[in-house]
Amino acid sequence: MINIPVEHYLIVAAALFSIGLAIAITKQHLIGILLGIELMLNAVNINLIAFSRHDPEKIGGQLFALFVIVVAAAEVTVALAIILRVYGHFRSVNPDKINELKK
Amino acid sequence: MEIAAFYAFSGLAIVSALFILFSKNLIYAAFALFLTFLGVAALYVLAGADFLAVTQIMVYVGGILVLLIFGIMLTQKTDREAVSSTPNRVIVSITRQFSGFIVGAGLFGFLSYIIAMSNFKMTGETNISRSTLKTIGVKLMTSHLLPFEIAAILLLVALIGAAYLALNRNPAHD
Repeated sequence: MINIPVEHYLIVAAALFSIGLAIAITKQHLIGILLGIELMLNAVNINLIAFSRHDPEKIGGQLFALFVIVVAAAEVTVALAIILRVYGHFRSVNPDKINELKK
Repeated sequence: MEIAAFYAFSGLAIVSALFILFSKNLIYAAFALFLTFLGVAALYVLAGADFLAVTQIMVYVGGILVLLIFGIMLTQKTDREAVSSTPNRVIVSITRQFSGFIVGAGLFGFLSYIIAMSNFKMTGETNISRSTLKTIGVKLMTSHLLPFEIAAILLLVALIGAAYLALNRNPAHD
């Protein structure tokens, strides 16, 4: 079985992380920003799992990635609830238009 | 064979991520994110993390993505005439596109420079023929028991908090 070198995983993860960051900066929509953040969390998980391949006895990287997935799930639920409240207040999801705490 | 699968799935993930970046329609972006998650799950399988790949598909594709699509549908614009011609349009200004491209390309260049310069000395045995399910289960119940319980409490708190936030407590605004 041919082993894929770990650098290839790292390059793919770096590309996905950069694209996710560019999405989070570019999109003027709160849910678009969330899409970018999810992509960045996934890219970090690829790194953890690629290194965990060389440690099959105590797979710390995979366990870390598992907890990252849990935190991402919790984060996206709370973020969507906040976005729905913000949309109820301001009737907009453009982060540039949301500039006060109370209307 | 394995190499070809690796490049095919990483190409799928990166191309659909680029589609999210350039897409103007947010629903299309969410479906492209689905493809990206599938590609990343395939990369997990190729790295020997079978349990993580299934978790990725179940949690991200089955949960988070459906939630995001619901969020997109619930937060649509109020100007109806713009909606009918260009649904789910995301406004993207030129300056933001420029700065996003600069930051993303700069970060990718920086990271790939570091990865090219680094020289990893891998000592461990790469064993990817065995399932990691038993190891993960044993580790979660012995050495990682405290983070496991904290994650359970975190999920409970997030569930209660999200339900409390999403409740419509002030009907004067709606």
